[in-house]
Amino acid sequence: MKKRWYDYLWIASLLYLVLGFFNILFAWLGLLCFVIPLVIAVARGTKGYCNRYCGRGQLFGLLGGRFGLSRKKDIPGWMRSRAFRYGFLIFFFAMFFLMLWSTYLVFAGAQELRQAVTLLWTFRLPWNWAYHGTVFHPGVAQFAFGFYSVMLTSTVLGLVTMVLFKPRSWCIYCPMGTMTQLICRAKNGGTP
Amino acid sequence: MISEVKKRRRRAVVDQAACVACGCCVKVCPLQAIAVVRGIAAQVRPEKCVGCGKCARECPASVIEIREAAP
Repeated sequence: MKKRWYDYLWIASLLYLVLGFFNILFAWLGLLCFVIPLVIAVARGTKGYCNRYCGRGQLFGLLGGRFGLSRKKDIPGWMRSRAFRYGFLIFFFAMFFLMLWSTYLVFAGAQELRQAVTLLWTFRLPWNWAYHGTVFHPGVAQFAFGFYSVMLTSTVLGLVTMVLFKPRSWCIYCPMGTMTQLICRAKNGGTP
Repeated sequence: MISEVKKRRRRAVVDQAACVACGCCVKVCPLQAIAVVRGIAAQVRPEKCVGCGKCARECPASVIEIREAAP
């Protein structure tokens, strides 16, 4: 099958993770992965982002498929249930707002900038090497650390389920995927 | 003989209620016989599908089944 330009977006996803090691402010670019799917879902009523442009899905597909880093087993039933998918979406949202809250606290001067990336919402990894100061407010950097934590955490979860189940298992419980599907359902009526 | 072969035609069937509409199946289908419709679920075009099973193997949620089509 002929490759299109968007079949190489996995390079952008990989580059994003790498850039975050060198300068955390690049983490802001990750907002594209939040905004574009929502814009496509709201404006066109499709999951065009998941279907074509999602570099992260392509990366998992490549690692689990061509590189064989996946058992290619069926995912357990409960993990593809609506309860789990919606539950994970809500949990992800809650953690996201918590991250926005700590960003706000830094902006408000109530909290110091923490040069750390939190993995799996629990483990604080020192990340000071990727911060070289900013011409903006330290809150801008705090958001970058927080957002990179979100992206790295979801990548790790995606990699774990890629190995255990099928390559793109992340797509099942990806909060953006669940959210855009809900938007499409609401926009187009319940049935396809 | 030929009619007997036709009777055993296989096709992919999607459990649309459980489909996450990720589009992995669309990418691997060699005949463009499956599409994600309106961002809700994948749908098979029965006239194009030959039941090769690539989509079923690819589907991360394993919601595609290859079934023998009714004669």
